[in-house]
Amino acid sequence: MKHRPLWGSIALYTLAALLVAISVYPFLYAISTSLKSGAALFDTHLWPTAPSFANYIGLFEGSQPFGRHLMNSIMVATVTVTFAVLLGVTAAYALGRIQFKGKGLLLLAILGVSMFPQVAVLSGMFELIQALGLYNRALGLVVPYTIFTLPFTVWILTTFMRQLPKELEEAAIMDGCGPLRIIFLVFMPLLWPALVSTGLLAFIGAWNEFLFALTFVVDDAQRTVPVSISLISGANAFEIPWGSIMAASVIVTVPLLALVLVFQQKIVSGLTAGAVKG
Amino acid sequence: MSNPSNRSRTAWLFLAPMIILMIVVAAWPLGRSIWFSFTETNINDLSASRFVGLENYFGEFGLFANPNYVDGFWKSDWGMSIRNTFTFAFFSVALETLAGLGVAMLLNQEFRGRAFVRTAVLVPWAIPTIVSAKMWGWMLHDQFGIINQMLVNAGLITQKIAFTADPQYAMWTVVAVDVWKTTPFMALLILAALQTLPKDCYEAAKVDGVHPLRLFWKVTLPLIKGPLMVAVIFRLLDALRVFDLIFVLTSNSSSTISMSGFVRREMIDNGNMGYGSAASTSLFLIIFLAAFIFMRLARVKLSEESA
Repeated sequence: MKHRPLWGSIALYTLAALLVAISVYPFLYAISTSLKSGAALFDTHLWPTAPSFANYIGLFEGSQPFGRHLMNSIMVATVTVTFAVLLGVTAAYALGRIQFKGKGLLLLAILGVSMFPQVAVLSGMFELIQALGLYNRALGLVVPYTIFTLPFTVWILTTFMRQLPKELEEAAIMDGCGPLRIIFLVFMPLLWPALVSTGLLAFIGAWNEFLFALTFVVDDAQRTVPVSISLISGANAFEIPWGSIMAASVIVTVPLLALVLVFQQKIVSGLTAGAVKG
Repeated sequence: MSNPSNRSRTAWLFLAPMIILMIVVAAWPLGRSIWFSFTETNINDLSASRFVGLENYFGEFGLFANPNYVDGFWKSDWGMSIRNTFTFAFFSVALETLAGLGVAMLLNQEFRGRAFVRTAVLVPWAIPTIVSAKMWGWMLHDQFGIINQMLVNAGLITQKIAFTADPQYAMWTVVAVDVWKTTPFMALLILAALQTLPKDCYEAAKVDGVHPLRLFWKVTLPLIKGPLMVAVIFRLLDALRVFDLIFVLTSNSSSTISMSGFVRREMIDNGNMGYGSAASTSLFLIIFLAAFIFMRLARVKLSEESA
């Protein structure tokens, strides 16, 4: 596009600038709010006049065990991802590399589960969690999170598994490799990019989940961060501590944002593998 | 390859853990939820449940055909939540698709700083829903919010608006925040589809002097229709089960409460597992039906071949 007229360039750059502003400004404003306290909160300027980290420090020494909540979230998301990826890789190998009867139906079922409304299992899951003795425990959330992470991991990994060269597998079989060794020694190194993107998407899903976390964990010490943020309250009902809420929001979002921006190519390829070709 | 029946046994062996797990965590709870919907059960004692048949659906205090709905079905809480959910899903998905198309077309142009813009566009998508709900809740605050301040300064309004509390605005606020958050997803999927289009076709059209709008309608849109429709279905299913955004942004107020919100309120806050399960089962059927109708209308096929 070398022959774009001048007005075209102006329009293009204006739109691009507008797009960047709309995308980024709200989060910048959240950061700004998190650095303000007292009456300065109600000043709508982006640049805080007297920036302070009081809101951040307050989160970790106040009555809300935010540090604990962060650890809970990290633990739940990590366990969920590990679980989903390990089971997902073996299942994807079977679905992506082996022809067998009933495969089409199985794939359709997997897609169906990954798209169905999670709230439909709420009461049954409530009963299951209680029966397993996992009610009110952060780690128990891994059970409901498997509903949406596992099928989706299997689906995306199957797509990637299918694209691996056939010759590689044949050579490995010739050398006497069993299926497990093919998966973990031959395919795994090639699948790294796919594993990173699925792992990240599953991590984001588990990290952000709200409905199950709100319903199955009531004990304050066991909460995960999304619920924690939604419940941050002030000294009285009329005083909402926006500074603390924004500080917590920034803490929860920055690592995620960093991951997404660093791995953006991989994430986009994971999303498109899951959706566009799906 | 080695013995096919042997391979097929390996396949099932490898699939077994996943299948068993999916039965335990998805199929079984779903089955139990449907069973609960035919009972009267309190959340505090699940074992003391009483079978009531279709009472939760069509009984005196049921979801449908309830004689206590004096103002008609659509004015009842359940009817409102269905209407809210569909209003939300329709407008947010339609606007996201249009905005996503626009952003994708823009990012498909070659210009300096494109990589930067593309990265910036991802930011709303990377922000957790709860955080974006809180963030916008603060920006749209009725007294101290920056949006109200900006509107007043620009002279567009004289009285500050309670965006999240006023029933007149609450639903549109929810839709707007959702569009902000999910447009990047749409845009990226559409962009990926746009980048697979053959370049020479566009060169030829340019040489022939075809109007860009005509080119868009006659060439681009038909070519990306498949991936676009799949993206729309994904978003539609997501929007129809909305819960967290509404729960946090507008506190589940009756003008915005979604079907999922209704289910959770009845089931957990009011403790009526049976009635709540009837609502969740209805929700499941309604969403399934909506997706089916949409796929029929859009003629999208989700087959294993395309995986």
